[in-house]
Amino acid sequence: MAEPVLQLDGVSIAFGGLKAVQDVSLTLPAGTLGALIGPNGAGKTTCFALMSGFLKPDRGRVHFAGRDITGRAPHLNARDGLARTFQIVQPFAAQTVRENIAVGAHLHIAGRAAALAEAERVAERVGLATQLDKPAADLTVAGRKRLELARALATKPKLLLLDEVLAGLNPQEIAEMIPVVRGIAQSGITVLMIEHVMQAVMNLAEHVWVLAQGQLIAEGTPATVTSDPKVVEAYLGHGARAAA
Amino acid sequence: MTRDLIGVGAFALVVLGLVFASSSGVWLNFLMMVLYATLLAQAWNILGGFGGQFSFGHALFFGIGAYVQGIVQVQFGLNAWLALVLAIGVAAAGGAALGAITFRYGLKGSYFALVTLAFAEVFRILAVSVGFTGGGVGLMLPLKESAANLQFGSRHGFIVLMLGLVCAAFAVTAWLRHSRFGAQLQAVRDNEDAARAVGVDPYRTKLGAVVLSAAFMGAGGAFYLQVFQYIDPGIAFGPAVSVEALVGAIVGGMGTLWGPLAGALVLHLMAEGTRNLFGQLPGVNLVIYGALLVLIVMFMPRGLAGWVKRRG
Repeated sequence: MAEPVLQLDGVSIAFGGLKAVQDVSLTLPAGTLGALIGPNGAGKTTCFALMSGFLKPDRGRVHFAGRDITGRAPHLNARDGLARTFQIVQPFAAQTVRENIAVGAHLHIAGRAAALAEAERVAERVGLATQLDKPAADLTVAGRKRLELARALATKPKLLLLDEVLAGLNPQEIAEMIPVVRGIAQSGITVLMIEHVMQAVMNLAEHVWVLAQGQLIAEGTPATVTSDPKVVEAYLGHGARAAA
Repeated sequence: MTRDLIGVGAFALVVLGLVFASSSGVWLNFLMMVLYATLLAQAWNILGGFGGQFSFGHALFFGIGAYVQGIVQVQFGLNAWLALVLAIGVAAAGGAALGAITFRYGLKGSYFALVTLAFAEVFRILAVSVGFTGGGVGLMLPLKESAANLQFGSRHGFIVLMLGLVCAAFAVTAWLRHSRFGAQLQAVRDNEDAARAVGVDPYRTKLGAVVLSAAFMGAGGAFYLQVFQYIDPGIAFGPAVSVEALVGAIVGGMGTLWGPLAGALVLHLMAEGTRNLFGQLPGVNLVIYGALLVLIVMFMPRGLAGWVKRRG
């Protein structure tokens, strides 16, 4: 098995009485395309926030590329190659697509012209090349999702955490996006995605973790996980098995 | 960047032409005060317009600049030009100190505005209370008219000096529009979390902006003292200067290069115009001035520069 890029050991966080994430441990080997799935409110996005440093776990450790990054500020993690996108897209609305992506490119490129040129290359990779001069606020949902992806990619990450980049897209847009995500993984970037669109998960992911009520309840290949009775129950509730 | 700088150069030439075209006192005074208001507005714009941190107490830096400029001359006999450098430096350091305390704890929006206002007020009260500022009586700068003392015999010298400061502020603003630091600053303004996710340190970025902003504000304060040769705590740290800086930037267009100039010019024209038309009825000019301000903010929410851009 390849060197782990990301490792969580018994990570937990609670917000008041709500145990959002409880004792989650997982290891993501380098070069994997993994998926984190689970019903709404399972704590998936909270997990991402804990991995990328936006939240500090109450207990447990987070390791990234062999280094303990528990509670380390997100901008420092980004500099080391840990990038994330946001489920609720967060464009720099007043700026154009090109300028948005350039902010990501500036992480490693000091010059403005070089960063803007790099932004163009990244935009091409995610299919935004024709909209470079549009204000980010004018993009469609699909466009904004691509922009999230492009901005994160422009930082040249080792690990990319994708938070529902397919949510809100129509079937055709999803079909267009799947090869983009696969292309990113094939270029050598380790990817962990949160996804509800099962078609995409089955299609893309090599390894799946299932989170329900803050706890990991299953992991494995997409096929084994989706046939796991615990997973079915978590999604459909008690008695679903009997009914099926 | 080059285009912006050519624009700044052209602007400087036009102003120089206007300065030396006339020796009318009213006209020169008008030019000087518009440039002075432009400097304050641009200083505020660097932090407020490009950084999204709305300060309500920029007089803090203005007052620091003015008092440092005065105290080191009066108490220590320092040359006025050296004093100017020192005033700018101390104001910038004040910016760093304010930024360190507020941004470290993530103060944003109205909380940041309130804290800046509070700091300016605290300094106003301090300036009244301690001895070396001259207390409530204020600080008088003895008349020693010569260019070496930064006391020019005519308005021309002051205007050229202020033009230099304004051009420096424009150059810094142009740099913000075309540099990594500027891109990161605007990213923090538009969405701090997204900026952090792509490796931008919001704390250091905002700190850089407040230092630049405070430096220009301090230069404005030092200039004020040299021109009027008098400063007191109310002028230096009172809300009037803070408001002048932020209204100029907001009316002109936040986060733009030329907005603060447009704002300063329009505000001064409005103030002069209403004073000339309604000056014989005390207060009426201010009522009209206020009403015009409300209309501008209502119908041009992105300022004059934003309005022109949308029409163009």
